[in-house]
Amino acid sequence: MELNAIDMSDHATHAVNEHHGFAHPAPVWQLLAVFFALIVLTFLTVLQSTFELGNLELGLSLFIATIKAALVIMFFMHMLHDKPLNAIVFLSSFIFVALFLGFTLMDAGAYRDSIELKEVDSPRAVRATETEHSAEAEATAGDAAAEEVH
Amino acid sequence: MSHSSDTHGHDGHGHDHMPFQAHHFDDPEQQFDSGKLGMWLFLVTEVLFFSGMFCAYALYRSRNPEVWQFSSQYLNATLGAFNTGVLLFSSLSMAWGVRCAQLRQRTGLVVSLAVTLGCASIFLGVKAVEYTHKWDIGLLPAGTYESQFAPLPEHGSGLSPWLINLSIVPALFVVGFAIWYVVTMVKGQKRESEVSGPMLVTALCYFVGVGVGLAFQNAEAKDHGSEHSVAAVSTDAEHMDDHGAHDSESLDKHDEASHEGDDRHAGDPTLALVSTSVRHDVVVPGAPTLAEIDQRGGAGLFFSIYYCMTGVHAIHILGGMVVLTWLLVRATKDHFNEQYFGPVDYVGLYWHLVDLIWIYLFPLLYLI
Repeated sequence: MELNAIDMSDHATHAVNEHHGFAHPAPVWQLLAVFFALIVLTFLTVLQSTFELGNLELGLSLFIATIKAALVIMFFMHMLHDKPLNAIVFLSSFIFVALFLGFTLMDAGAYRDSIELKEVDSPRAVRATETEHSAEAEATAGDAAAEEVH
Repeated sequence: MSHSSDTHGHDGHGHDHMPFQAHHFDDPEQQFDSGKLGMWLFLVTEVLFFSGMFCAYALYRSRNPEVWQFSSQYLNATLGAFNTGVLLFSSLSMAWGVRCAQLRQRTGLVVSLAVTLGCASIFLGVKAVEYTHKWDIGLLPAGTYESQFAPLPEHGSGLSPWLINLSIVPALFVVGFAIWYVVTMVKGQKRESEVSGPMLVTALCYFVGVGVGLAFQNAEAKDHGSEHSVAAVSTDAEHMDDHGAHDSESLDKHDEASHEGDDRHAGDPTLALVSTSVRHDVVVPGAPTLAEIDQRGGAGLFFSIYYCMTGVHAIHILGGMVVLTWLLVRATKDHFNEQYFGPVDYVGLYWHLVDLIWIYLFPLLYLI
């Protein structure tokens, strides 16, 4: 009984303080605002792809994608209210991705030959010529057969 | 642990109060924090796993920028943008679901999870339309990629046989969940019907996605079809120009037009032959011709990378749907509250990461 009473009072104080223990529910307006910002940024990235911007295009689309990613990480994934350790763990992965991509691309010249595109025949092109030949062969065979009948 | 600080009572684990607290954790918060750190570590491995594919992408794109320019023309940016919106909305509903779990809003959580599952299903339906259309016209990985300059093989108009075959499994799911839903309703099993109902909607949403995908695709094919004759004339005029690059661009569009509208042109070999003869004349100074890109394995390479990245992403969506279903079942059993919402939060983190990867895939593959 005594223990139950303690539990009850615990709940009561939670209700009064509108405190949800260690939970930090995100306000609805924040979720909606982030969602609409993401949609607007998606429109923006589609729009910028219709302009001819040359080399700038790749950088700009990656920049917009990174803003979107940051919004998702900070608000939808609650990183703003998360423990710093979690943020350090997750963000450190991008350091390793940068190392991975950076060194591979820096090295690209060394194995250039092995990633060079090779001549290949498209199966469809081959098939098209094959059917042409077989059609000709059939036509001559058909003629021969017709002659035999006559 | 001293009893004065332990409000859960003499059993030491508070099974009445916290049925899902594992014995080796002091309190719900410690359990939650441990799980969350584990989830973030898993997401790190996911980021590194996908980075391998992004590395291949960066390496081959930097070597062959013109291949990317040429091949991405065949991806339908409208469908990609639509799917981006669908995934962003599913992320919103997932984040809302986490909020509901934290506030002990049982109905809200069930609805959020159902919406998230439905969006995932729509995404896969649209993806199925995209994939099967490419398989139909030979936009396949290296080795099986078929030249887009050779005449298209004849295939019947109407639905792609690939799409029909791919839709068998979702159709079986629809039938199964429909039967289950009817059974739960007849038996008056309220809780079970709260699972079977959303599952039926989820299975149906695949076909909504297929419908939307086909509608967008057909609308675009019609647009291109009407432009087709104009494009054919204008390419002749531009041939006189020295602007090789411009020439090749308009030809790309011209080519795309002939393929997007291939349902109607499939039976008309002259059109394909016309475009073939035009294409082989193209000479872009200092750059490989489009025919070379098409033939030298470049386009096939692009589609290898495309299928690998989007395919692995789609597998992650499927995996997410499995765990979301598990959450849905638990949500109907009212397992989650302000002390125990970890599973919803962890699945949410995973789901947002899958969304995050798509945020990068969309501009990198569709919008070049």
